[in-house]
Amino acid sequence: MAETEKKASAPIEVRQKLRITNVRIVSQVFFFGVFLFSVWATWTTRLGGYPVSRILEMDPLVMISTMLSTGYVYRHLGWGILIIAVTLLFGRVFCNWICPYGTLHQFVGWVFNTRKPKERIESNAYKNLYILKYAILTVFLLMAFMGALQIGLLDPICLMYRTFATVVAPAVDMGLDTATLTANGLSLEPKWLQDIKFGPGVGPRIFVGSFWVGLMIFALVGANVILPRFFCRVLCPLGALLGVLSRFSVFRINRDVHKCTDCNLCLTRCEGAADPQSQVRVSECFSCMNCIDDCPEDALSFTAFGLDKKQVVAAPDMSRRKLVFAGIAGLMAYPMVKNHGVNTDENFSPALIRPPGSVEESNFLAKCIKCDQCIKSCPTNVLQPATYDVAGLEGLWTPVMNFEIGHCQLKCTMCSEVCPTGAIRKITVEEKMGKGKFAETGPIRLGTAFFDKGRCLPHAMEIPCVVCEEVCPVSPKAIQTKDVEIKDVYGNVVVLNQPFIVPDLCIGCGICETECPVKDDRAVYVTAVGESRSTERRLLLKHRVQA
Amino acid sequence: MAKKSKGIQHPGYEKAPMDRRDFLRRAALVGGIGGAASYLAMAPENWPLSMRDKTGLLSKPVHLPFQLRSFQVEKKAGSADIGVGTEGNPIEKLRRAIDAIGGIEHFIKPGDIVLVKPNVAFDRSPLLGATSNPELLEHLIRMLLVDCRAQEVRVADNPIESPPDCFEKSKIRLATEVGGGRVYLPDSNSFEMLNTPGAKLIENWWFFNRPFTNVDKVIGLAPVKDHNLCHASMGMKNWYGLLGGRRNQFHQDIHGIVSDLSIMIKPTFTIIDGTNVLMENGPTGGDPSNVRKGETVLAGTDPVALDAYAFEHLLQRGRDYPEYLFQAEAKGSGKLDWEGRVKEIRG
Repeated sequence: MAETEKKASAPIEVRQKLRITNVRIVSQVFFFGVFLFSVWATWTTRLGGYPVSRILEMDPLVMISTMLSTGYVYRHLGWGILIIAVTLLFGRVFCNWICPYGTLHQFVGWVFNTRKPKERIESNAYKNLYILKYAILTVFLLMAFMGALQIGLLDPICLMYRTFATVVAPAVDMGLDTATLTANGLSLEPKWLQDIKFGPGVGPRIFVGSFWVGLMIFALVGANVILPRFFCRVLCPLGALLGVLSRFSVFRINRDVHKCTDCNLCLTRCEGAADPQSQVRVSECFSCMNCIDDCPEDALSFTAFGLDKKQVVAAPDMSRRKLVFAGIAGLMAYPMVKNHGVNTDENFSPALIRPPGSVEESNFLAKCIKCDQCIKSCPTNVLQPATYDVAGLEGLWTPVMNFEIGHCQLKCTMCSEVCPTGAIRKITVEEKMGKGKFAETGPIRLGTAFFDKGRCLPHAMEIPCVVCEEVCPVSPKAIQTKDVEIKDVYGNVVVLNQPFIVPDLCIGCGICETECPVKDDRAVYVTAVGESRSTERRLLLKHRVQA
Repeated sequence: MAKKSKGIQHPGYEKAPMDRRDFLRRAALVGGIGGAASYLAMAPENWPLSMRDKTGLLSKPVHLPFQLRSFQVEKKAGSADIGVGTEGNPIEKLRRAIDAIGGIEHFIKPGDIVLVKPNVAFDRSPLLGATSNPELLEHLIRMLLVDCRAQEVRVADNPIESPPDCFEKSKIRLATEVGGGRVYLPDSNSFEMLNTPGAKLIENWWFFNRPFTNVDKVIGLAPVKDHNLCHASMGMKNWYGLLGGRRNQFHQDIHGIVSDLSIMIKPTFTIIDGTNVLMENGPTGGDPSNVRKGETVLAGTDPVALDAYAFEHLLQRGRDYPEYLFQAEAKGSGKLDWEGRVKEIRG
């Protein structure tokens, strides 16, 4: 009480600047900055112990859905409790104070808002469509419970990380490269232009199929022009989860019916379409505080005390019948996704090569949230978002290794470091290489290399090459050579080192395939069979050792 | 105003009038723009400003090649071509080896910008012998900056694996920064087309040119490694790391490319780091058992003789020299016969 008096006595300009909505904007800018920094710092030379995946680990939907799909809470995922606690206290503040995707939506909606005041009020009225997100949440959680984790498709934090890793980062880097070239043309050498890149010190990075990731975010963000906060109000499964929780929240928007003149001005900037002009829908309210700002009568407040019990709809407007319908959809979706058959132990793509530390495939699919942090962290660009052909519907945008683009560096465990859910379990270099106390289990094998002798230069064309042998990183080498002296087609005697694979030693790192000069369809290539994470996809029963 | 026609017209219909002057102005505008556009598009190729490309070959992207100058300096009277340092710690060995070929101050003048090219090809820790010794590099940079008062020391390589990672794990970045130098990574736009007259395979080829901007002196710092195809990777093979493009094709003529490298770049001098000699499983190594702890650091101004000496004494493979040394000698990069040109400073 004393504080409000003091505030009221302050000059009007100060009071206007100290509005709670301005504090909210500061919070949004801060968390967006934290998010940007997290993505930017996810790089070999920058990852000096920063918890770059913390925003993902704080996402309660990630925690709850992986808990349902695996029965455990991996590593730092317990941080999700923090957001749950905040929600139980203040409602869906996450959506409008923290969530970087929410900030992006609000910002775009604000910049491109061409609605007249009356249209604004209409566009922010509650619609029945908004219960769709609860149906989506029900479907995703049921699927997760049965073992198919798909929340990553629509979870805003996963979506944001994925888009920045595969679409925004390479686009920004491309721009900075062009800027560097232009500056060089003007005989300037601005080294900082290269230093601030998302992927500094390497050539251009490409991400297979990232156009669709980009198109998805363009469509969703662009939808703000038609309906404000379309994604947040209609689709967001995390928002739905927090909406369910917020019915228990201590604080909420309260309308003083004695002061209210039913002018509806509170709807002008209502982000959540939460009906503050009548019974406020707590599960829809983002606690953006705009309505408090806009109320000319001071009838609205965000408080825990003296709440009007009648002027509230606490729970989502989801009838039991609709819930059952969504549940049935979820029950149906699970077998449909699983029996799609592109990625099973009987029928899997030879290109489905998972990063080192990955758990066995069905377990992997129960853990991977498609956030693509691993892909952002990968220094060689080998990690790529899986396309539909390789990983099926279920594995879309999960990480796979594409050895045409890069290879898995022997002493690198970056992807396992940043994975928030343990789809890529945290491993050490020692474990990856099978040294020290892991000598008995042996190295982590990603797959096995094979030769296509019809395309290999020394085998098929009597031309010396053996780049594959040179770059093979294990000791002793898994690609060895035998000297062959033959007459080539012109009658000249040539000595060739013909390479061959020692499958026992091969760890499937793929550097042979990357460096093979038969550039399109490599003469040496790695396929997934023989990967050590699964006995179902094993190749050799025993790995022979040198006597 | 033009006359209004008397036909049946909607009363709200108002004709847009056009008088003669207006018509002429518009006609001139259309004629002018159309004429100019037709000239640009259809005038013969050799006319000024013509944009015509009759064969479709003119629009082919052109990469204007540049040439690299020699970074060699005059030989100091009384000094050898190959200096050997075997005594003391690696740093003392380095100093002795350079002193034997004339001392570092003879080569580097105050104010010079110096580029050091270590071998950072792989993501390996330094003791595995696949990359240059960071201790030597750090000390070399100190010598350049403190003893020779060089203006700037740059360290650059184009590794096979991820550049930032290779520089990190091989400790080359740390050594460079502690020593006071600056790392150049091969990021986008770092490569330019280099013309090397007389080269068989790389007469025009992509070259890691960004760190070479305004450079006065170039020093190679190469480890000695076993190499299946060309038998040994030493001072000359180290320059492979400045190539860009699809350089993995060159294994089809490995001796041709290594000898081409010897004419592509004429370094001020080359240091051969024999502290960790990779005796087998090269050039990647990967196991400490592949490495022989060497006692020798070499420095030399004749790249051919230097490699020959290193092949014989560091890799201990006798005089069955790799083919590329003979080819390099034939291309005039140096003299293979090192007898009588070696000096070792002791004590």
